[in-house]
Amino acid sequence: MNMERSPGEFNEEWLLDEPTVRPYVMTRGRTDARGKFDLVTIAVTIRSTTGAEVGLDPEHLVIARLCRRPLSVAEIAAHMDLPAGIVRVLLGDLLEKGFVAVQQPQPEMDVLDERTYRAVLDGLRAL
Amino acid sequence: MASGRSDAPKLPKAIKLLVAGGFGVGKTTMVGAVSEIRPLRTEETLTDRSVGVDDLSGVEAKNTTTVAMDFGRITIGDEFMLYLFGTPGQERFWFVWDELARGALGAVVLADTRRLADCFPSVDYFERRGTPFVVAVNCFDGSPQYDLDEVKLALNLGSEVPVLLCDARRRESGKEVLIALIKHAYGRRPAAVKETSAT
Repeated sequence: MNMERSPGEFNEEWLLDEPTVRPYVMTRGRTDARGKFDLVTIAVTIRSTTGAEVGLDPEHLVIARLCRRPLSVAEIAAHMDLPAGIVRVLLGDLLEKGFVAVQQPQPEMDVLDERTYRAVLDGLRAL
Repeated sequence: MASGRSDAPKLPKAIKLLVAGGFGVGKTTMVGAVSEIRPLRTEETLTDRSVGVDDLSGVEAKNTTTVAMDFGRITIGDEFMLYLFGTPGQERFWFVWDELARGALGAVVLADTRRLADCFPSVDYFERRGTPFVVAVNCFDGSPQYDLDEVKLALNLGSEVPVLLCDARRRESGKEVLIALIKHAYGRRPAAVKETSAT
């Protein structure tokens, strides 16, 4: 596992900001979940965590708590102030362990069937 | 990978829309005007693969770049969640655009008539990619008032691309732009295009 930090990655904000754990430490260096979850993949917690589960880190528990209502990867990342890449990895763990269910966005060709079109248009008009 | 299980609750489907255009044209303003939540910011940490190509020192030389994107949400019933992403303005972040554009229903290209050329890259990108888009001319105070046809001509747009005026600060105006985009995207869907070409 490569925990080295390239010089280009250095950001002095890290010295000023509160978090003292580098993001990819939370994922134990794993960065491989890209492509698995879109920024708008929706996740929801389907099994509540007690906090005593083996293999779940505090960040996993935060995600599980946030996702009591359906949230996108982008929102989870924004609320936790973490790069989306980290959230993808952590969410992958939760999915694998059966704590969350996810809804992938549809491929773009299939997004706009007539029913969806009507619903979205009506929804926008009602804003 | 399973996309939801049979015992899982029915989850809303996400629909992704993009707001593109030059730096400072009002992308985040528009996202904020129509979003039901205060615009959020998400960051993608990316490895710029192109950097290492001529570099023999190997893996260590890869640069990572963090790109921030502002986004908002519009919930439609309990079935759909519309997400609006402002695209990172700089052209060197095309690789993020690709990821954002994948699965996107369409895009709004915001234009400022004082700096019309700033939206050329966005127009080119969506044309090439085949992503349906509309051009919304943000009416800044003191910006020259052009006829929409002139804008269309200046941007060399196909006749089918809707061009409309907007005020990115106003919710009503943003709504109209999004409605125009959804209608345009619906007309451009493969089934509709087939119907048109058959007649």
